[in-house]
Amino acid sequence: MPDQVTEKVLAVIAEIKRLPKDSVSLDSSFQALGIDSLDGMNILFELENEFDINIPDEQARSIQSVREMVEGVKKLLASTPASTPSAE
Amino acid sequence: MRRVAVTGLGVISALGQNTNDFWSALRAGRSGIARINGLDTARLRFHNGAEVADYDPSRHFAGEQADLLDRFAQFAVIAAREALADAGVVFTPELRERTAIVTGACVGGQSSEDAGFVELYQRNRERVHPLTIPRSMANANASHISMEFGITGPAYTVSTACSSANHAIGQAFHMVRNGQAELAITGGSEAPFSLGILKAWEALRVISQDTCRPFSKNRSGMVLGEGGAMLVLEPWEAAQARGARVYAEIAGFGMSSDAGHITKPSVAGPVQAMRQALRDGGIAPEQIGYINAHGTGTSANDVTETGAIREVFQKHADRLAVSSTKSMHGHALGAAGALEAIATVLALLHGLLPPTANYTEPDPECNLDVLPNSARAVQVQGALSNSFAFGGLNAVLAFRATQT
Repeated sequence: MPDQVTEKVLAVIAEIKRLPKDSVSLDSSFQALGIDSLDGMNILFELENEFDINIPDEQARSIQSVREMVEGVKKLLASTPASTPSAE
Repeated sequence: MRRVAVTGLGVISALGQNTNDFWSALRAGRSGIARINGLDTARLRFHNGAEVADYDPSRHFAGEQADLLDRFAQFAVIAAREALADAGVVFTPELRERTAIVTGACVGGQSSEDAGFVELYQRNRERVHPLTIPRSMANANASHISMEFGITGPAYTVSTACSSANHAIGQAFHMVRNGQAELAITGGSEAPFSLGILKAWEALRVISQDTCRPFSKNRSGMVLGEGGAMLVLEPWEAAQARGARVYAEIAGFGMSSDAGHITKPSVAGPVQAMRQALRDGGIAPEQIGYINAHGTGTSANDVTETGAIREVFQKHADRLAVSSTKSMHGHALGAAGALEAIATVLALLHGLLPPTANYTEPDPECNLDVLPNSARAVQVQGALSNSFAFGGLNAVLAFRATQT
């Protein structure tokens, strides 16, 4: 069972790419999901809003898979002191 | 069809407020990229840009006139004044009717619009400045040049993002070549340093936090610039007849559309545009000794541009020099092609190829002769100037040196 952060990231990706939720998993590659550079920026933008984080460009450039994206978000959340999750 | 001469140049950019300063910086490989000064960058992820330093509108425009013009249109008028004075054009009523003005602009006067939105959304005021529309319209640069000089011939603005000025110059060149105009003032201008515009660029994640390092392996994106650049074009015979100084011949123009992705560049589109520019100018690939590259310093552009140049020039790609002067004047969007056309023309005139500045690390994927950091003295016969825009719209100009 994926944790809450993972679930949210998967949901954001599915929403942006208009994919069924269960077709996006931690092991999906961007290529398999048809995610190009522009989709990637859209997803990062939604994630920044969703988690109230700031994803630097250098970190963004190195992300090539869903797993790396989830790990990146978690790392940023851990380093952001007491950030409040955005209202749902 | 008539041959077309470039007889006047005018530039205002991060490299100075006239053509001499522009060329001095280019030949020295001196970059105008610095910390952004015109606005507070605290809310931005990047802090560097290529702004026109020490710009004082009141030195160029009387009080009332300055209010009418957004900064981008001011730059156009300043560049046009220099270019026309440089060309020594004497207008007669007939020539005013037969002169065309074709300009490029990408964001145009969006800074004025942005200021209006601050009033509306942030300060909750009920009105914006009444000149917001005339200041912000993209064609204001062409309109103000026409009013300044009383030029009544065809005047319009082309907006094709980063290719705007090359499309504009190409159109003006064809008009003079075909006899639709006896003279043309053409180029582009841009002034994108406004928080709303910079935020939009930030969101695209293509702006370097550092500087612009085209073709260098450690490149990290583009750096925005501003300025205005104008060229005076006229029929070769007319220029000779009046004893004008001819900087270079503008010989060919090629356009194409990638018809692919809205932001990701292709190889095929630029290949088609470069080939078309050569064909249009009756130039053999082997006659090209220099290419002023689009060279934005993004990971995507520099690799695809290298591939496109290799495909067009084959073995000759290793015998020509390529540089990106964006490393020095920044990426001035709708003015970029005009700044680079002037750099190219001056390279042909002086027999000196401007370098790619800020270059520190060779990239096997950008393995052309990219003139790292130092200008090279060599008289080439012909040169291309590339512009490839978001939206996949490509425009390439071909020039010939006068001495050959």
